[in-house]
Amino acid sequence: MTLEKPGFIDPVAEAQACFRLVLRTMSSPGQIVTLANPVAAPPLTPATAAVLLTLVDAEVSLWLDEPLADSWDWLAFHAGVVRATDIGSAAFLCTTRLPPLAEVFAGTDAAPETGATIILQVPSLEGGKKLTLYGPGLETPIVIAPQGLPADFVAQWEQNHRIFPRGIDLLLCAGSSFCALPRSVRIGEG
Amino acid sequence: MAYVAVKGGERAIDAAHDWLARVRRGAPTVPEIKTDQIAEQLGRAVDRVMAEGSCYDRDLGALAVKQAQGDLIEAAFLLRAYRTTLPRFASSLPVETSAMLIHRRISAIYKDLPGGQVLGPTYDYTHRLLDFALAAEADSGVAPAAPLPPAEPDQTPPAVTPRVLDMLHAEGLMGAEPQSDATPGDITREPMSFPAERDIRLQALARGDEGFLLALGYSTQRGYGNSHPFVGELRMGDVSVEIEPPELGFAIDIGRITLTECEMVNQFGGSKTEPPQFTRGYGLCFGHGERKAMGMALVDRAMRAEELGEDATAPAQDIEFVLYHSDNIEATGFVEHLKLPHYVDFQSELETIREIRRTSQNSTDAAGEPL
Amino acid sequence: MNGYNFAYLDEPTKRMIRRAILKAVAIPGHQVPFGAREMPLPYGWGTGGIQVTAAILGADDVLKVIDQGADDTTNAVSIRRFFSRVAGVETTTRTRDASVIQTRHRIPETPLRDDQILVYQVPLPEPLAKLEPSRAETKQMHALADYGLMHVKLYEDIARFGHVTISYDYPVMVNDRYLMSPSPIPAFDTLKMNRMPALQLFGAGREKRIYAVPPYTTVRPLDFDDHPFALIRAPHACTLCGATNSYLDEVVTDDRGGRMFICSDTDYCADRRGDAASEGDAA
Repeated sequence: MTLEKPGFIDPVAEAQACFRLVLRTMSSPGQIVTLANPVAAPPLTPATAAVLLTLVDAEVSLWLDEPLADSWDWLAFHAGVVRATDIGSAAFLCTTRLPPLAEVFAGTDAAPETGATIILQVPSLEGGKKLTLYGPGLETPIVIAPQGLPADFVAQWEQNHRIFPRGIDLLLCAGSSFCALPRSVRIGEG
Repeated sequence: MAYVAVKGGERAIDAAHDWLARVRRGAPTVPEIKTDQIAEQLGRAVDRVMAEGSCYDRDLGALAVKQAQGDLIEAAFLLRAYRTTLPRFASSLPVETSAMLIHRRISAIYKDLPGGQVLGPTYDYTHRLLDFALAAEADSGVAPAAPLPPAEPDQTPPAVTPRVLDMLHAEGLMGAEPQSDATPGDITREPMSFPAERDIRLQALARGDEGFLLALGYSTQRGYGNSHPFVGELRMGDVSVEIEPPELGFAIDIGRITLTECEMVNQFGGSKTEPPQFTRGYGLCFGHGERKAMGMALVDRAMRAEELGEDATAPAQDIEFVLYHSDNIEATGFVEHLKLPHYVDFQSELETIREIRRTSQNSTDAAGEPL
Repeated sequence: MNGYNFAYLDEPTKRMIRRAILKAVAIPGHQVPFGAREMPLPYGWGTGGIQVTAAILGADDVLKVIDQGADDTTNAVSIRRFFSRVAGVETTTRTRDASVIQTRHRIPETPLRDDQILVYQVPLPEPLAKLEPSRAETKQMHALADYGLMHVKLYEDIARFGHVTISYDYPVMVNDRYLMSPSPIPAFDTLKMNRMPALQLFGAGREKRIYAVPPYTTVRPLDFDDHPFALIRAPHACTLCGATNSYLDEVVTDDRGGRMFICSDTDYCADRRGDAASEGDAA
């Protein structure tokens, strides 16, 4: 199975290219970036798969939700990942449904960088409810409209932002595209 | 302006490297030194470079000494920078120094003891008189006396040599060390954070600068830190390194390394929960490095002050101070970086001090008296 | 270069640094600890910046390296050569042609764009270090955003000298949350950091910390309403290009007090003089 689903063809260059996209959208929250070389590894979308290969390895723990559990073998083969035992202990979570943010580790005031990163696979980055982003990285507020977020997302995010510098960082992936919502960003409806 | 020579940087560096290579080689009339000569005849230099470079490889250590013209900190740096690029195939099991093939083993706290006192290859009782015969022999090309055969395991596999501190422990006089199978931290992967536990402290000291540990250890003897040390045991010899590949499920021997281990016995007055007893300071390093292992053991014990409820006031007891300043690769880099141009910052300092002097001159003039 | 990975670092190390960079960007101004590796250049000579650059650099990047504002200072040459050798990337001395700029002690005079990344070499990332040497203590101060110590230091300067006496590495507040060392850039450069369109990354190798300022983020020098932050600059025009708004180096021309002042940013100065030769001997 692992052979049917390769990872990066050129691991060094593709990981670097994918990382720069992650860095760009983390630096400019909400900016949608698209992979040049998609990685086909269903049930992960190409963006999710590439982001995981870029960021996750045996030195960090990962949690997958049930619909993505078929990907463990692929991830073990290509990234040597360490399975997290539960949501609250994972450094990375890769999921098709956003878990309650309050259940995810948000770091400590002295070590906020230990707060988790969630890679959320959504149906589309467009056509959903409009959200306005404010904060570092944005020259002026921008509007995004991803689908697949929970109904109370804005309220949950407000709480996530309120505990800053603690917090969760979020990457939304759809198809070969993705965008980031770092904890530093504030989100308003509409 | 040669420093900033507007277009000369590249050529200047090339020329400097070229000059360096020629200086390193020295007079061409003298035969070039070979790395095996360094490994064999300057072994203690190679030992120090392997210890502070945290990479056990005598050939590479010898190469580093040669390449650095005998500058041992520079050589340790070469080895470290090489080490960091190596893939990590496995972690060894803890080495068993009780089963060491002993080359040297002494205790200062007992006249004789099980396993015996083994003086071994030591400078301790030599008279420090320059031996002009050594120079003459080398000049005449006459081979010196054949080296002693290494203490071969000619009998049986190396017997376990009991540890002096275990004997004290059996009598209830030596504080127990907590036993743990936890994976120790790794200062080569994770930055240190404080409070730093003993696994991290010992790792940092094991690759720490010999001179720094010597001076700090010395300071604890002179009253900077309440320490009453005895050399419980000092041993040097070869130990097996084993790994346990998961696919095999049992340990395999991958080779031998030479280690020096020192266990210091220190007084401890006792506390509310602990009766008076002895405590241990521990030192371990690659190769034959007694000064290093002893300094390390003194400093290890000093850094346990807080844990043992003692006043921690001396430099050697300040864990953060010791650990942040023991690494000579870091220290030499940052001290020597002062050679880099700093003229931009200095310019700001110039303007600031001129401005402050103007201000103070004005206020002096106004007040009619000096500030 | 044979026997070494692209950009020197092995992939697991790059991943570790990349994770640290992303957290640094998400928490502007916060120092993220990372497992800094020994580099083949000494600590204190830019190993933090080099590791950050090595972790972000790709084959299509164009790299510029400056020290003291100049591309031709020996350490800048050495670092630029290092990346030419281990990554084979194109290098430039022109600020506007670079996608990644690694710097020691200066921010280029030419305004940077949002498609550029500025990587700073940082010797002492802890802005409170000179006031409180214990990192365990300063970590708590950052956790509590308790920067009273620094305010007292600035206040005492003003009471004693009538000025803040910090002329470089001037402490700044990032995103109104973290006190941050801007690295030893002259105070003159400090205001360029505020709402800069380029991403600013900071690497401290010996101290094993990475931190970041995302684009368009507030960076405010610490000051008082009645003693606002003041730029420090030699009150002259550049002898070569006549600039009156650039940071100047003072060059001693003789031993009788003779001085001339020239732009510290050599590319900016050459550009103003219409000097195509600013594309010097970049490898």
